[in-house]
Amino acid sequence: MSLLNLFRRQRSAPVARERLQLLLAYERNNRNLPDLVAVLREEIMAVITRHLPVEHDDVRVTMARGDTVSTLEIDIHFPTGAA
Amino acid sequence: MESLDMAAKVVVVTSGKGGVGKTTSTASLGAALAQSGRRVAVVDFDVGLRNLDLVLGAERRVVFDLINVTQGVANLSQALIRDKRVETLFLLPASQTRDKDALSEEGVEQVIAQLRERFDYVLCDSPAGIERGAQLAMRFADEAIIVTNPEVSSVRDSDRIIGLLDSRTLRAEQGDVVAKHILVTRYEPARAARGEMLGIDDILDILSAPLLGIIPESEGVLRASNVGSPVTLSEPANAAARAYFDAARRLMGEYVPMALPTQRRSLLDRFLRRGVA
Repeated sequence: MSLLNLFRRQRSAPVARERLQLLLAYERNNRNLPDLVAVLREEIMAVITRHLPVEHDDVRVTMARGDTVSTLEIDIHFPTGAA
Repeated sequence: MESLDMAAKVVVVTSGKGGVGKTTSTASLGAALAQSGRRVAVVDFDVGLRNLDLVLGAERRVVFDLINVTQGVANLSQALIRDKRVETLFLLPASQTRDKDALSEEGVEQVIAQLRERFDYVLCDSPAGIERGAQLAMRFADEAIIVTNPEVSSVRDSDRIIGLLDSRTLRAEQGDVVAKHILVTRYEPARAARGEMLGIDDILDILSAPLLGIIPESEGVLRASNVGSPVTLSEPANAAARAYFDAARRLMGEYVPMALPTQRRSLLDRFLRRGVA
């Protein structure tokens, strides 16, 4: 078992290859887009401030990338009773 | 002489990441091309951090530089430094004192046009990064050599640079392409065989560009830069030097079979190699 682990531990190149392939597939698709999250944040801010008294720091936009599905999380804080 | 009726080729040597061997490779390939009779100019675009002069052993002969020529302070002939060992090899150094913004696109365009008239090959040694300096170095290139180490951060940055070559060069803007060549440096065949290091196939698959050469990790390369001589001149029989000669011939359009650089393998290496094959 320990001998097998010895061999296994050394083969880090396949891990490197797989990580690079996933990362670059994503980066190539987004290469020419401006920072999508920043753009979304500004546009969401513009809509929200029409109806609610929120400050810039009250809107948080985060994007999490999964293997098949990505999630966009928008977290907006505003004073209770404002709406 | 066959080089006379060849159109000049402007080749940028680039990588994104620093420290992968752009300057060493520019010097070695430039020398190898010149050693085969081609007229070669190597141009240092790393304004403020010039090093091509040092690697070529011409650091005490720099009088004028690229920026002086673009600004008309000196003409091209005054700035070009002829190599003392190979008479068809010339260096156009970068400025060490000026700000990198002193380099204008128009100025670079004019200098490159002049170099095209006088040389068969113009090798542009790019600064690291993806900013203005790197973009100016690639701007007027016909072809690109992307220097890559078998390591994740280097491959990622190479991919980024390929994106710029396909969008920010004059050729790309005119709907043409900059021909790309991958030059893998600091390669250790035994470690790649054991699965410890990205293999050549991995790198080419990921970057989807053809291979110009594989330069093995070699003590000779460091020895060569220590003494200010491209390894192809100081140690022509060295494995890295032979790999640079082969790469230079491929750049000239010759077919040269791609051999993995020879390296003595210990019995243990052979055993491990079989163990994971």
